[in-house]
Amino acid sequence: MSEAINRKVDHSHMQVSDQVAIDIRNMNKWYGTFHVLRDIDLTVHQGERIVIAGPSGSGKSTLIRCINRLEEHQAGHIVVDGVELTSDIKNIDKVRSDVGMVFQHFNLFPHLTVLENCTLAPIWVRKVPKRQAEETAMQFLEKVKIPDQALKYPGQLSGGQQQRVAIARSLCMQPKIMLFDEPTSALDPEMIKEVLDTMIELAEEGMTMICVTHEMGFAQAVANRVIFMDQGQIVEQNTPSEFFNNPKSDRTKLFLSQILGH
Amino acid sequence: MSDTHAQTVPFVRDTMLPAAQPPDNQAGAVRWLRENLFAGPVNSVLTIAGILIIFFLVTHFWDWFAHSVWNASSLSECREIISATWGPDARGACFAVIRERWNQLTFGFYPSELYWRPTMTFGLQMIALAPVLFATALVIRRTVLVITAVVTLAAMIALGSPMIWLVFAAIAFAGGIYASERNVRWLVPVALIYPLAGIWFLWGGSLWTPIFILVGPALGWVAWRILGKRLPGVGMFAAILVTILFWMILAGDAANDAQNLIPMSIESVRSDRFGGFLLSVTIGVAGIALSLPIGIVLALARQSDMFLIKSLSVMFIEFIRGVPLITLLFVASLLLNYFLPPGTTFDIILRVIIMVTIFAAAYMAEVIRGGLAALPRGQYEAADALGLDYWKAQRLIVLPQALKISIPGIVSTFIGMFKDTVLVTFVGLYDPLKSMPDAIRANIEWKGIYWEPFIFVGAIFFIICFAMSRYSMYLERRLQRDHK
Repeated sequence: MSEAINRKVDHSHMQVSDQVAIDIRNMNKWYGTFHVLRDIDLTVHQGERIVIAGPSGSGKSTLIRCINRLEEHQAGHIVVDGVELTSDIKNIDKVRSDVGMVFQHFNLFPHLTVLENCTLAPIWVRKVPKRQAEETAMQFLEKVKIPDQALKYPGQLSGGQQQRVAIARSLCMQPKIMLFDEPTSALDPEMIKEVLDTMIELAEEGMTMICVTHEMGFAQAVANRVIFMDQGQIVEQNTPSEFFNNPKSDRTKLFLSQILGH
Repeated sequence: MSDTHAQTVPFVRDTMLPAAQPPDNQAGAVRWLRENLFAGPVNSVLTIAGILIIFFLVTHFWDWFAHSVWNASSLSECREIISATWGPDARGACFAVIRERWNQLTFGFYPSELYWRPTMTFGLQMIALAPVLFATALVIRRTVLVITAVVTLAAMIALGSPMIWLVFAAIAFAGGIYASERNVRWLVPVALIYPLAGIWFLWGGSLWTPIFILVGPALGWVAWRILGKRLPGVGMFAAILVTILFWMILAGDAANDAQNLIPMSIESVRSDRFGGFLLSVTIGVAGIALSLPIGIVLALARQSDMFLIKSLSVMFIEFIRGVPLITLLFVASLLLNYFLPPGTTFDIILRVIIMVTIFAAAYMAEVIRGGLAALPRGQYEAADALGLDYWKAQRLIVLPQALKISIPGIVSTFIGMFKDTVLVTFVGLYDPLKSMPDAIRANIEWKGIYWEPFIFVGAIFFIICFAMSRYSMYLERRLQRDHK
């Protein structure tokens, strides 16, 4: 199951601080009359690497999309880095510019070059001068190992490369928190590894990360907490070793047996 | 893999095969003919039928074109020349009418000593269009501008332009080409101001009028600078209010006073003297330039989450699309006068431009809405997730892609609108297709000449519309960002 992770992960900089990065209290969300998220309570500290797992339709993507308000919650509180998410657009924009997000389908801007994808938000949201934004972007593109593709368009890159550009694009905003919404689910097996490697490097530098993923090898190697969701609620959360070796709820056991069975 | 065949048992290729030429009948002209003209019995029959139809059409009309007369002063003279040259029963076209009356078909009743003015207007227009149409293609821009400059200046000389305006146009072209070579963005302000300059060149009158029209938005901008920093909504509203109030209350008198103080004017030409292609192109260019931005705003409004804005936009679009253009033109020419205060003179061409514009804008809005709908949801989400606000997301992410998708539809709307400009014949304007040839036929010398003006006008329309269509294909190719 962990064939994608074949290197030693350096834990020396992964330190969880006392500072709260995200605080979710009694959060509920409905799609029409369908209760997708029920009484979610979750506190994430700075430096935590959290993996959210669960069957499809369990609300895990919806949960992390609530954290930067791509989805609206109808009850409860979400406080991100000290800013409460309400309908106040100023707060929403503030949170969004501090929280990076990586999508399943990359969502790069196809009409802009890789470099322009990376510099767009810094220039227009952070008001960074163009030259400086380009330098920063090149640094991050080097970090995800595709500086030589900077002037190509996303459509000319492979899926794995596109996803790494998407990660670089988020990092260019110097986010405090990174959200990953099934970042490897749309990729060929060969490309999953290159994206996971990038994510591991990010974790090694101490980034606060919440990942919705089915890569259990990644969860074991990197996460400090695994959360299991089912039917819109958090069913179990624990350290990876406890979660995988000693699951408590029957639902978790069933899920793990299905996902690790083959 | 239990029942593996003998020939699939372990095999290792030790030499890679080189690429080979395709068989002869699978390449070149033979293949093209086989695939495109004679792919099967039905295809072959259709090909032969098509060739026969073309053959009959060409042989039927060939004599008429071959016997055409380009030099005569009346239709009867044409007929005499044809029967003298080709025999008493010969038929032939009398294109002499085009040669005799090209100026009317082109300029309508515009004073002939001022023909150079529309020529200069539409020539210089290319400088204003360069940063819009050919923003990223230096070589094409250079070619287009140089050719336009040479043709325009030559035409102005031929039409007897005064020296001072010839010098002015030459300097403008030189400046435009220089800016286009150095940095085409310098021409963007020209693109914004040129519509006013163009109106002044065409209609003439006091130079102070366009200047004071420009002062309005300038004051509005000042109001926005003062208020907009803290209260963007109020600032925007104040800017629009200041601009409109200035235009309504002060601009006219101020322009008159300035004119009395320092006279600066060129001979003015009334709207009823516009006609022919001058009229069509004027209405068409104005309609194209105005209907795109209005269409974008309407499309965005229709996609808006705000109920009132959305409903207003839907009502406007559905109403305008549900009414024939001619109805709107009649409203422009007849009804509008009833609603306006007595004594207001509201130029007929301006009224027609407004109606044609809102008609095209309603269609444009639907075309662009299609482009907006074709964008994957993820693009909006990615823009949101990066912290871009609504307007920045629209401007930087959504519209560039949506407009690119909509290019064929947008250009179709432009082409349709340009052709519809001939409908102004119904409100008494001299369009090139109906009213202008009627006026020519009203003359005893050309009574009864029908086909030749139609063919000429059709050919000109075809050239302009075909150019637009080719441009849209060029643009699509240029904006293509992936391998297809």
